[in-house]
Amino acid sequence: MVGIITYGAYIPRYRIKVEEITRVWGANAADIKGGLGVFEKSVPDLDEDAATIAVEAARNALKRRNVDPEKIGAVYVGSESHPYAVKPTACTVGEAIGATPNMTAADYEFACKAGTAAIQTCMGLVKSGMIPYGLAIGADVSQGAPSDALEYTAAAGGAAFIIGNDNPVATINHTCSFTSDTPDFWRREGQAFPRHGGRFTGDPGYFKHVKGASNLLFKEIGTSPKDYTYAIFHQPNAKFPQKVAKDLGFKSEQIKPGLIVPWLGNTYSGASPIGLAATLDIAKPGDRIFVCSFGSGAGSDAFDITVTDAITSKDFHRDAAPGVMQLLKDPIYLDYALYAKHKGKIVMQK
Amino acid sequence: MRDVAVIGIGCTKFGEKWESSFRDIFVEAGTRALEDARMSGEKIDAMYVGNMSAGRFIGQEHIGALIADYAGMASRHIPATRVEAACASGGLAFRQAVIAVASGMEDIVVAAGVEKMTDVGSDESTDTLTGAADREWEGFMGATFPGLYAMIAQDYIHKYGMTREQLAQVAVKNHYNGARNPIAQFQSEITLDTVMKSTMVAEPLRLFDCSPVTDGAAAVIVAPLDRAKEFTDTPIKVLATAQASDSIALHDRRDISTLDATVAAGQRAFKMAHLTTKDIDMVEVHDCFSIAEICAIEDLGFCKKGTAGKFTADGETALGGKIPVNTSGGLKACGHPVGATGIKQVYEIVQQLRGEAGKRQVDGAKIGMTHNVGGTGATVACHILGRV
Amino acid sequence: MVGTKCETCGRHFFPPRTFCPDCRRAGKIVEHQFTGSGTVVTFTVIHTAAEAYSMLTPYVLAIVKLDEGPQITTQIVCDPTKAKIGMKVKSVFRKIVTDGESGIIHYGTKFVPVE
Repeated sequence: MVGIITYGAYIPRYRIKVEEITRVWGANAADIKGGLGVFEKSVPDLDEDAATIAVEAARNALKRRNVDPEKIGAVYVGSESHPYAVKPTACTVGEAIGATPNMTAADYEFACKAGTAAIQTCMGLVKSGMIPYGLAIGADVSQGAPSDALEYTAAAGGAAFIIGNDNPVATINHTCSFTSDTPDFWRREGQAFPRHGGRFTGDPGYFKHVKGASNLLFKEIGTSPKDYTYAIFHQPNAKFPQKVAKDLGFKSEQIKPGLIVPWLGNTYSGASPIGLAATLDIAKPGDRIFVCSFGSGAGSDAFDITVTDAITSKDFHRDAAPGVMQLLKDPIYLDYALYAKHKGKIVMQK
Repeated sequence: MRDVAVIGIGCTKFGEKWESSFRDIFVEAGTRALEDARMSGEKIDAMYVGNMSAGRFIGQEHIGALIADYAGMASRHIPATRVEAACASGGLAFRQAVIAVASGMEDIVVAAGVEKMTDVGSDESTDTLTGAADREWEGFMGATFPGLYAMIAQDYIHKYGMTREQLAQVAVKNHYNGARNPIAQFQSEITLDTVMKSTMVAEPLRLFDCSPVTDGAAAVIVAPLDRAKEFTDTPIKVLATAQASDSIALHDRRDISTLDATVAAGQRAFKMAHLTTKDIDMVEVHDCFSIAEICAIEDLGFCKKGTAGKFTADGETALGGKIPVNTSGGLKACGHPVGATGIKQVYEIVQQLRGEAGKRQVDGAKIGMTHNVGGTGATVACHILGRV
Repeated sequence: MVGTKCETCGRHFFPPRTFCPDCRRAGKIVEHQFTGSGTVVTFTVIHTAAEAYSMLTPYVLAIVKLDEGPQITTQIVCDPTKAKIGMKVKSVFRKIVTDGESGIIHYGTKFVPVE
């Protein structure tokens, strides 16, 4: 049965608080925090990028379980902030974990759902018997334009999943997707910051596709929200996932462990993956997990997952790598000037 | 093996020579050496030139030929060789010249050193100097040259407890000497305060712990001792020449704050000359950074390991002290045109031994020593010279 | 961090060496994956750096002795005032330097304090 063999996450140490950003732009911190449900977001160090985050997440996954990297037959990295437009992050990751040269690789882009798309691809390659293991990563050092609403939430982080069918810690029983051509949020080639359609990103964007994929999955395998222990939804802010969960019929306790956006921000391609990682950090054998990501442009990937006995077996050492809560601890706060320096938002001499 | 003597010396003023080119300065140094030896260029049989990085500083390689050409020797087709060992290029050029004469292969040989560093910006010159270290495993990781010596300083301080003030005294003393040296880049004395308050470069080294960027050239002429009197009334005999190498990267050394190559070269030099540190009247050591002088005087054996800080602060290395160190002002105050320094050190010792050192003369100077280092200690050349 | 080890004398090499300097031809060299664990032997805080590294200043440059024996020059990612000789550190994957805006990004290993 195909599933998650091991997983790992990585979140940079630095943070900036919403009130520090509002201070600079003259906005009202209480309004923003109340409206988005986000207090602070993660910021990459000066020498971190989507590739270093992807590598650290992958290495954390490998710390938890004895997987021979040479048996990883595919590496896919999903990000909106790949360091190169041409030259895959997946190659750097593959080399850094010792999976090269006998593997396939490619980078994915699908806004915030590139990481879950990578999981689906790995599932197909494993299920078809083409590869023993595949590595799927969602990692980002997301950009929000200065003073734009996205600046309050665009954060840095990532999670990695090794997919296989040899005693997974969680089986992925089913996956399906709902995709359309929708211009809710986009970034043109060469542009530094994304643009978005304001309120258009809600119903025609996020809600239509998350509901579309979720309901499609429930219909295809005959499940409903009450069948799940936990649920993770894409979290651009705290309000959207809470609303879609309620609309679909999930309870707030179900989404709680996977809802980390209030202290992390929106890590774009890392968002649903990190939410899933945070949930797996506390899951027990038999727990059933529902995941539905969302990527602008637009589409959603839904997953039905069952945690197995392997997660508490001697083959898997959850404590060998830091969990998401651990990664969120002991942050180092930056002011806006240092934040801008870290994010390359200061104009330098070329 | 024949005895070798220095029969002529010449040196340009060291400093930021905006109006002088690379060609200008070595011609000046060479001309002065020939004048000093009362010799015409036709007598020169061969030439060795120390230069670290003309390729990056002025885009010029093939220095040996260039210098022979501009020194008017191209038509005589003399062998002209460029020697490179980063900051020890000059010391090695001198050694090659001495070996050529001692072996009987050549008779009259010029050993010169030249560096023109101010035709590029400071970013470029800093990066060029990083080539003296391990580019791939030190420079690439973010090490700067001052950074590497700063790590030597931290290790030294951790082991031996030298104070920051003691370390700063090295620069104060060298500026005192430099103020009495007409060719020195810096002609003014400084106080301890100046050093202690200067900009931090790499902890604990501040701006005034670091030698400057300098343009300059020096040249000396060597000949068989038994022919010296044809050219000079004050021939200076080369009593010893020694050279040693060590790992290029600081992290591969046996002990971070001991330059084993200095220890080896120093011992070889003393052995060759049948002398000890007690016989040396003054020594020019390689103070690219203040900590380098501290390590040098210990590693050469002038004082015990861990005591050079106090030794310096007590004035033992000052002009009137037990063993005057860097009477020229050292690299710090005299300046450090990289390839020229090793030759300038010989120039200073010869002046001292001839009694021509003016306000910085060490009374009764009979035997002097030079110590020239490449990188953080991967190459060291030591020479001992004596009055005939 | 993949280096080499001489199985004849047990010495480890990072960066990798294909020839053991002690055993020479008698040395049997094999690949070795280092744990990434080490101790700070000496360090400095760089305030003036080469242009390509100038965004990072002040940063800690150190010589780290890996648990397996070899010493390397590297950066320690930490508050410069907290760096200490003898500090235990572990490896992390970071950007080392970039060849300008259009050039290659060089990745490599730095170290962080073990808490």
